[in-house]
Amino acid sequence: MSTPPATDVLDVDPLLDDPATRIVVCCGSGGVGKTTTAAALGVRAAERGRRTVVLTIDPARRLAQSMGLTELDNVPREVPGIDTSAGGELHAMMLDMKRTFDEVVEAHADPDRARAILENPFYQSLSAGFAGTQEYMAMEKLGQLRAGDEWDLIVVDTPPSRSALDFLDAPKRLGSFLDGKLIRMLMAPARVGGRAGMKVVNLSMAGLSMVTGALDKLLGAGLLRDVQTFVAAMDTMFGGFRARADATYQLLQAPGTAFLVVAAPERDALREAAYFVERLAADRMPLAGLVLNRMHGGAAAGLSAERALAAAETLTAENLEIDGIVDHRPGKSVVRSAPAADAEALEAHEAPQTSVPPEDPASRADSAASVAPETPEVPVASEAAPAPQAAVAAEDGSPASDSPAGSGPHPSDADTAETTATDDAVGLAAGLLRLHAERMRLLARERRTRDRFTTLHPEVALAEVPALPGDVHDLTGLRTIGERLAHQHAEETPASHRPADSR
Amino acid sequence: MTGKGGTGKTTVAAALALALARGGKRTLLVEVEGRQGIAQLFETAPLPYEERKIAVSHGDGEVHALAIDAERALLDYLQMFYKLGSAGRALKRLGAIDFATTIAPGLRDVLLTGKACEAVRRRDKRQRPVYDAVVMDAPPTGRITRFLGVNEEVAGLAKVGPVHNQAQAVMRVLKSPQTAVHLVTLLEEMPVQETVDGIAELRAAGLPAASVVVNMVRAGLPGEDQLLAPHRHTDELTGALARAFSQAGLGTAGGGGHAERLVAPLLEQGREHAERVALERGLRTELRAQGLPVRELGRLSEGVDLPGLYGLATALHDRWHTGEPA
Ligand SMILES: Nc1ncnc2c1ncn2[C@@H]1O[C@H](COP(=O)(O)OP(=O)(O)OP(=O)(O)O)[C@@H](O)[C@H]1O
Ligand SMILES: Nc1ncnc2c1ncn2[C@@H]1O[C@H](COP(=O)(O)OP(=O)(O)OP(=O)(O)O)[C@@H](O)[C@H]1O
Ligand SMILES: [Mg+2]
Ligand SMILES: [Mg+2]
Repeated sequence: MSTPPATDVLDVDPLLDDPATRIVVCCGSGGVGKTTTAAALGVRAAERGRRTVVLTIDPARRLAQSMGLTELDNVPREVPGIDTSAGGELHAMMLDMKRTFDEVVEAHADPDRARAILENPFYQSLSAGFAGTQEYMAMEKLGQLRAGDEWDLIVVDTPPSRSALDFLDAPKRLGSFLDGKLIRMLMAPARVGGRAGMKVVNLSMAGLSMVTGALDKLLGAGLLRDVQTFVAAMDTMFGGFRARADATYQLLQAPGTAFLVVAAPERDALREAAYFVERLAADRMPLAGLVLNRMHGGAAAGLSAERALAAAETLTAENLEIDGIVDHRPGKSVVRSAPAADAEALEAHEAPQTSVPPEDPASRADSAASVAPETPEVPVASEAAPAPQAAVAAEDGSPASDSPAGSGPHPSDADTAETTATDDAVGLAAGLLRLHAERMRLLARERRTRDRFTTLHPEVALAEVPALPGDVHDLTGLRTIGERLAHQHAEETPASHRPADSR
Repeated sequence: MTGKGGTGKTTVAAALALALARGGKRTLLVEVEGRQGIAQLFETAPLPYEERKIAVSHGDGEVHALAIDAERALLDYLQMFYKLGSAGRALKRLGAIDFATTIAPGLRDVLLTGKACEAVRRRDKRQRPVYDAVVMDAPPTGRITRFLGVNEEVAGLAKVGPVHNQAQAVMRVLKSPQTAVHLVTLLEEMPVQETVDGIAELRAAGLPAASVVVNMVRAGLPGEDQLLAPHRHTDELTGALARAFSQAGLGTAGGGGHAERLVAPLLEQGREHAERVALERGLRTELRAQGLPVRELGRLSEGVDLPGLYGLATALHDRWHTGEPA
């Protein structure tokens, strides 16, 4: 760990500003925001004065678009619109496996040999990138970028692969392959004599020919020959590959590297984050901390979910049964179901909101309600949220009808014309209260999930990034993410207590 | 079942396997990325490389599951053609198995798709298919076309021999009407963009893109259109809402009372929500323009547990037969 913070707050600015920090790797499970975080960190570092390159491995073009580039390719392109007044700049590139592989071949083999390799069908499909190649080439590219020493900081995004940490295994796998007997055996027939290879193989001649014979029949003679030619042509280069992969691996362990594990505040994502944390420790990779992305904030945290729901119920019931109330002025509100003073007291009481009970009764009440899909509470969840137990309860799936979202029966549909204005407001008020209740529960759940993680991994520094209401699709969005990431309000200031949180 | 990372591929694949098993059917749910996501979802011990029943569906349906392990699949595969015996062991000693499953071009993917197709084609003694449907929790959108197309590549590389024939047989299944590629997405810009790109790539490769499943759809809010309307009558609305909150027992409406103070933050939350809804509307339109059935599944507010999964299966079942194009 390069700069262990005294508290458990992950402070990204010092990390980005430190000239000793040369590589930041963002990893995490699928869809949690790795690419977004990598891009946001790149923008921030550049605008704080560092010459930065973001290496993305994401096949989607969205990142390029969010940086105002029509396309990203295998060479760093300068990102326009970056504030370079602090002396930094931002470049971005997307790993092109085939190009990277081709470049390696071209750089390390004489022209004839290079052509032989590049034209080999086995090579062509290998380099086009199936499982595995991506990881090697990511390491290769990272090594190149770092070796060039042209950049102050390299921010690396990791692929949405079966395991985001696969690239850590790349050197080992390549090594065991290269040390393996297979490769020598494969090379043997292509070499003059090929005796040396076979001696190492240490198999009886009969065994060897049985194997090649089997492979030959299985793969078709042509393929085996292609593979052999390829391996022979690559022979001298393999050592270099391996040395570079090993060097990059060591680079990742060096103090100039910082790994950030990105996670969403959800059980599964955090479970996987915990796995990453452990795996990085096992590989002695320097973990800078965890980015908890898309945490929800909430205003009016003093109004609890239960209270908001009860209030919504009151409104819905009144709105349906009392026709003709044109105006509800404070003085006239005869139909009040709870004294106002209560609410104020309640607010004062709940305001500190230090901890959330592990199982809040309201959410239990809610899941109980969803067993009976016809409860009046469900309008908030019309088409969208099929009650979980529906499958057990009703085959006809009534709660999951195909009506478009929001077109379900609104309380206000029952209104008479003369009362529209106010009853609209009442309907809206009920809706807002339900939304609030839902948000409060989400908040509570997210925090519980977070707290479970921090209890298990108190050593991991943490930064929270709020969920932005819109999608992140431009520099402004990336800047906002960077700011939120950097401005962690230390100690006990959960996102929800900051009114400006949700933009 | 493919989709961008984290959109719900595993969850929706499992729900579909349950849905298609209804009414006495038998389905196989296949995992290919070695993450044991299915076992976690069904709250069972990690799956071995072996088909086993993991759930029952309504009306005596059965869901079986298989986590395909590339190495084991390769040995199976070799057995298919040869009684390999000592040659198999020799291959293993040589590191050929490692080579084939981690480094050789696409062999890993060949093995995974090959194994799934074998399950599709398998028949019982009476020549009936063993499984009514095989649902694969496939790699993400960015890799799916290459993953499914790998056999074509291999058939081109290995121009003769059993591998060539096998690769072609798999490709025939994948390109036939027996196969359907479903793309899971969220109503967010990036996943939608990836879905649109993914459909185009699948089509270009002659692979059957079949439908879009929009997952984790947020619930609508009554009156949300009002929130979207340009800030008309703001004061009037604020006053009316304060009175409504007060009426619901949340404090006094005037003079800086609690009800009044609730209006701004709650309205802000509502506006954000409405903004989101508007964005989603546009994305929905974009998805519908792809010419594929689009089915929506709601977001379970408490996350996906087993009852939740069955609920999603019900919703999917109900939509599966109605969303089909005429
Ligand atoms: N803090 C945030 N607020 C709002 N939206 C966000 C935030 N972070 C990320 N997103 C959105 O979440 C989605 C997923 O983000 P992103 O593509 O960065 O994830 P990823 O981890 O790189 O995914 P993959 O595993 O598919 O590569 C995108 O639509 C992005 O715009
Ligand atoms: N309809 C839903 N409602 C609520 N939560 C859901 C829903 N569908 C999926 N999830 C949750 O979203 C997360 C991601 O789902 P899942 O693991 O199925 O996605 P995935 O696409 O398979 O992810 P990966 O790319 O990591 O394999 C999980 O925590 C899951 O429980
Ligand atoms: Mg990404
Ligand atoms: Mg999955």
